[in-house]
Amino acid sequence: MTTDIAPVLADAHGRTTPTAPDRRSGFRRVLRPGAGRQHHAGPVAYVLLGFAALVSLFPLYWTMVAASTDNTRVSQTPPPFLPGPNLFKNLATAWQDAALGKAMLNSLIVAGVIALSTVFFATLAGFAFAKLRFKGRNILLLLVIGTMLVPPQLGVVPLFMMMADLGWGQSLPSVIFPTLVSAVGVFFMRQYLTEALPDELIEAGRLDGAHSLRIFWSIVLPIARPPMAVLFMITFVHAWNDFFWPFIALDMTNPTVPVALTQLSAGYVRDQSVIMAGALLGTLPLLAMFLVFGRQIVGGIMQGAVKG
Amino acid sequence: MATSIDPRQSRRTILHRLDLGAVPYAFIAPFFLIFGAFGLYPLLYTFWISLHRVELSSLDTMEWRGLANFTELFEDDRFWNALSNTFTIGVLSTVPQLLMALGLAHLLNYRLRGSVFFRVAVLTPYATSVAAAALVFTMLFERDFGMINWVLGFFGVDNLDWESQKWPAQFAISTIVIWRWTGYNALLYLAAMQAIPRDLYEAAAIDGASRWQQFRTVTVPGISATIVFTIVLSTIGATQLFGEPLIFGQGPNGISGGADNQYQTLGLLLYEEGWKNYQMGRASAIAWAMFLILILVFVLQRVLARVLSRTPRPAKAPRRARPSRTS
Repeated sequence: MTTDIAPVLADAHGRTTPTAPDRRSGFRRVLRPGAGRQHHAGPVAYVLLGFAALVSLFPLYWTMVAASTDNTRVSQTPPPFLPGPNLFKNLATAWQDAALGKAMLNSLIVAGVIALSTVFFATLAGFAFAKLRFKGRNILLLLVIGTMLVPPQLGVVPLFMMMADLGWGQSLPSVIFPTLVSAVGVFFMRQYLTEALPDELIEAGRLDGAHSLRIFWSIVLPIARPPMAVLFMITFVHAWNDFFWPFIALDMTNPTVPVALTQLSAGYVRDQSVIMAGALLGTLPLLAMFLVFGRQIVGGIMQGAVKG
Repeated sequence: MATSIDPRQSRRTILHRLDLGAVPYAFIAPFFLIFGAFGLYPLLYTFWISLHRVELSSLDTMEWRGLANFTELFEDDRFWNALSNTFTIGVLSTVPQLLMALGLAHLLNYRLRGSVFFRVAVLTPYATSVAAAALVFTMLFERDFGMINWVLGFFGVDNLDWESQKWPAQFAISTIVIWRWTGYNALLYLAAMQAIPRDLYEAAAIDGASRWQQFRTVTVPGISATIVFTIVLSTIGATQLFGEPLIFGQGPNGISGGADNQYQTLGLLLYEEGWKNYQMGRASAIAWAMFLILILVFVLQRVLARVLSRTPRPAKAPRRARPSRTS
């Protein structure tokens, strides 16, 4: 396989091997000699990996199975392993009983806005940290990294009070605003742009008299498109699944999907197969994204993992 | 030619200077402003609230209590119970998770057919929300008809009541965490493994190191930075565990973490104090306690790392000689 997305690394002296962005996956395909280990996998490795894949996927498969049967069949032993006939009926029931329709729309808005703004601000700041020279650059970058260690959830009490003061109680802005930016995103974009954006391009832009904003718009953005797409997806996943703060900030009349799903577990819905249908619905959009862009998301997580 | 400066030229240089000077700050400002307003300020304000009595029903009245919230907290058995539950569930979920991730990454690092499929497959749980994952596992761990008890039945084990007993409940909750995050961590390790120069392995092989020894002396030290990174991330996650136990408890039992608080975590206790008992001041004290515990854990980790790093490390690649600057 040559489709592996290999991370780009600085060698011991901090030099990096610049490579051209790969047109198809967006990430550089680095054919560094001697990267990683090239032993072929034996049968044992395949068996173990197959088992890992099975364990990873089975709960989702079983969610689908349980969502397609009915309450009596789900609670029999042995449990069902094959899909039944009631999938759409249960989905419809879950859709109504747990206000999932509204929740889906809310989650779409919340995750979409958060992902867009995270990507935009991360690209701006990442570009500045990667390519512009200014006083205090390194200290400020350290500060950004330091903020990763501050769990945002620890501020839930004052956040709740702030949102009440602002009149945003139980509304989407209260969930959107606290997560409009992400330190991980800034760092991720900086790492990418440091490598992928040749200084000569910026110099050329400057010589043509372009100011920084213009350079950002016409030189940086086109080059940064692939990691922006990946960051968008990863942020979207996180925002869609975020739980602690939305659970506190929103009520059942105006929930996001995970908050609406607690409604299902809390005994309001007695029908187990309907509960599973709700769980399936809440996961479906992200699963679809994984089916289509799984490779890019994997690549993005692996890219972000490499510390420069 | 005239030596006078063209005014247009000078305006340009001023603008250019301004551009170079101010723009970088303008580019990074949004991040710092938003983080300051919704991240740092709430964290500090939490401490201020924790010194007061504030009721959820009347958020505007703050009555000064000094450190009373903290002293009461440290005398409260529920706090120590939640702290120990957070710790045990944290260990139960983090240690196996990272060890399995390491093994998984090692397997994924082989030359594979269908490597993309395996990578996406093990990452799929990460796309499942806490809520959905917890709902599914709650059913799998169900006492009377859950699949896990059904499987255990083949081995002659009687139906376990996972939810009502302390250790089974904590084990079940840890399982949800492990399922969701193992693949993600494996990919982080895999990325780091692929960056290890192959000649290190070759050198080790020439020295007669077995595969296992190569793994221990080349792979693990080579990805140690990433291992530390994942430990930090997992620790932060474990400290704030909330959704899994809440949903596992199915309803009112969720917030109290079981009938006897047998799996109530600090996150659940914070929620219970603030939004069930209406004591925002006490909830803030719990939040700050969580923050301090987190810092304490990191300090301990650093100390431990220091102690452990005294074990001999494989020699680093020799530095290339630099041209000496003789004046």
